[in-house]
Amino acid sequence: MNTHDTAPKLTPVRAGFIPLIDCAGLVVAKEKGFAQAQGIDLQLYKDVSWANIRDHINIGTYDIAHMLAAMPIAANLGIGHVKVPMVAPLALSSGGNAITLSQTLYNELARAGANDLNDPKVSAQALATVIGHRRAKDQDQLVFGMVFPFSCHNYQLRYWMAEAGIDPDQDVQLVVIPPAYMVKSLQTEQIDGFCVGEPWNSMAAQQGVGQILMPTTDVWPLGPEKVLGMQAGWANGNSDTLAAVLRALDEAARWTNDRENQTELAQILAHPQYLNVPSQIVNMALNSGVSFYGDGVIASHDEALWLYAQMVRWGQTLLSTADQDVVRQTYRPDILFAALGKQTSQATIPNITYDFNPNDIEGYIQNLPVKMPKK
Amino acid sequence: MYPLHLSVPLADASYLGMSNPCKNPKARKRGVLVLALLLQSIPKIDLVPLAYVGYMTLNLKILVLDENPIRAAILMEGLSEAGMTCVEWVADTTDLLARIQALDPDVVLVDLENPNRDVLEQMFQVSRIVKRPIAMFVDQSDTAMIAASVDAGVSAYIVGGLQKDRIKPILDMTISRFNAFSRLQSELEDTKTELQDRKTIDRAKGILMKQKGISENDAYALLRRTAMNNKKKIADIAASVVTAADLLNE
Repeated sequence: MNTHDTAPKLTPVRAGFIPLIDCAGLVVAKEKGFAQAQGIDLQLYKDVSWANIRDHINIGTYDIAHMLAAMPIAANLGIGHVKVPMVAPLALSSGGNAITLSQTLYNELARAGANDLNDPKVSAQALATVIGHRRAKDQDQLVFGMVFPFSCHNYQLRYWMAEAGIDPDQDVQLVVIPPAYMVKSLQTEQIDGFCVGEPWNSMAAQQGVGQILMPTTDVWPLGPEKVLGMQAGWANGNSDTLAAVLRALDEAARWTNDRENQTELAQILAHPQYLNVPSQIVNMALNSGVSFYGDGVIASHDEALWLYAQMVRWGQTLLSTADQDVVRQTYRPDILFAALGKQTSQATIPNITYDFNPNDIEGYIQNLPVKMPKK
Repeated sequence: MYPLHLSVPLADASYLGMSNPCKNPKARKRGVLVLALLLQSIPKIDLVPLAYVGYMTLNLKILVLDENPIRAAILMEGLSEAGMTCVEWVADTTDLLARIQALDPDVVLVDLENPNRDVLEQMFQVSRIVKRPIAMFVDQSDTAMIAASVDAGVSAYIVGGLQKDRIKPILDMTISRFNAFSRLQSELEDTKTELQDRKTIDRAKGILMKQKGISENDAYALLRRTAMNNKKKIADIAASVVTAADLLNE
């Protein structure tokens, strides 16, 4: 509207996103002018499904996208879909998911298992007891919603259950439900619980439809939740543009992570073209334990291997050395650091701290309580 | 693989300009030989496979997953005009798995505005109960078709092993119907905007007539002149007049 003929020409970049709290970086980069300051006309496209995001990236109608952390890995390995080389230079967020149960199931767990449902091991044990009772009474299997086969939500639910010996493929049903439909599905008793990002857990709690059992950061420590993904071909062919986008996101992160801006951030995200929910709900969501890029959140090679290990554990793919090399090349913090003019060294890329040796995935899986039988 | 009754039009080989084989035993033998050769070479004849496509497409079971009833109706009408009788429409995913099992579709068409697309993705990936249609994008041999389909806002899941030429007419039809629907929708939007614009202009004219004591024609001329001078649309100037008047009257 106010573009003057004298204004420098901006480079258009088309970015797809799903209306979830962790699209914040992209939204702030656009709305607060950080992208424009870097010479980028960041065009944001709200989408409704991860499959759409993937297809738009595959055919090049989006240049970059807000993606589930495991999506570019699956694309590089050609799991579940066509093989398209992808890279993710930056993690947009970490944490922020939670497991919410219907009031009925929550009460059953409370009866079955001690009082401390805050401890994931205790709650999983209680779930195992409930499953046993239901089986004895010939009742239907419990159904849990998650958002996509290649999502942390899927792996987090499985990880939590398996700690108590529950086989998520045999003892319960895991179904995909779009985030915006989770609360309704819980309310209509189509599912008994779900694992989803914000604002949907807050929404369920606020409407009295369900009870938040725990944030998934209690199940496994922080790792990338959403990443900025793109075709490797686009990243290589547009390296200057990509560097400008990464600098814009870095600037945007400084603004986003400043607590003083939280009220304004909530107002921006609440807007109909983004999350389209009341800003009080966005505020609750912002306080739910989600961390955004810039707040120690990074897409490291080890994190990619950790997600790959989860894929192998649940039979989405078979363990292979060649694939591990591909996975290592999926997350590319070096591109980010180069754009920011920082030296990349092993020291600047923190290793994940939890009990996982990325050089021995087979050994790691061997020691886990429940896994897919070897084919 | 190929349905036998397609050989019916070939049973009388006289149209190939041969003598009546029934009267001439030699020719009859030759006719049988020609017929046999013809039957063998059927898949290679251009015209005949077209007939197959029609025949085989008719028997395909198609599930349309679209939350928009008007668009679904437009698409289903098109499919039915093309002779496809086994088409079912589902608007929401309540009991989707059960309905897919019941219909056992060969092709699933889903609109891209539908968040339930992710539900299908998983269902087809993990379910041991349904046949496993795969996303059309798994076969990237026809990128133009894929781009056209995304552009139109629709995607297809197809049971593995189905030949491409059987699917193409269905996808062509779907893409063109989805595009027709978008055109209809944007025309409707345009008409609505036009109506709204006219109402605004009428109100602005009324305000100017009252305030400046001028005729309707003069009021319109004033709006038009101002719009031209400011390189704006008459409706935009009219809207400013209405807003200003509302502000001053408050």
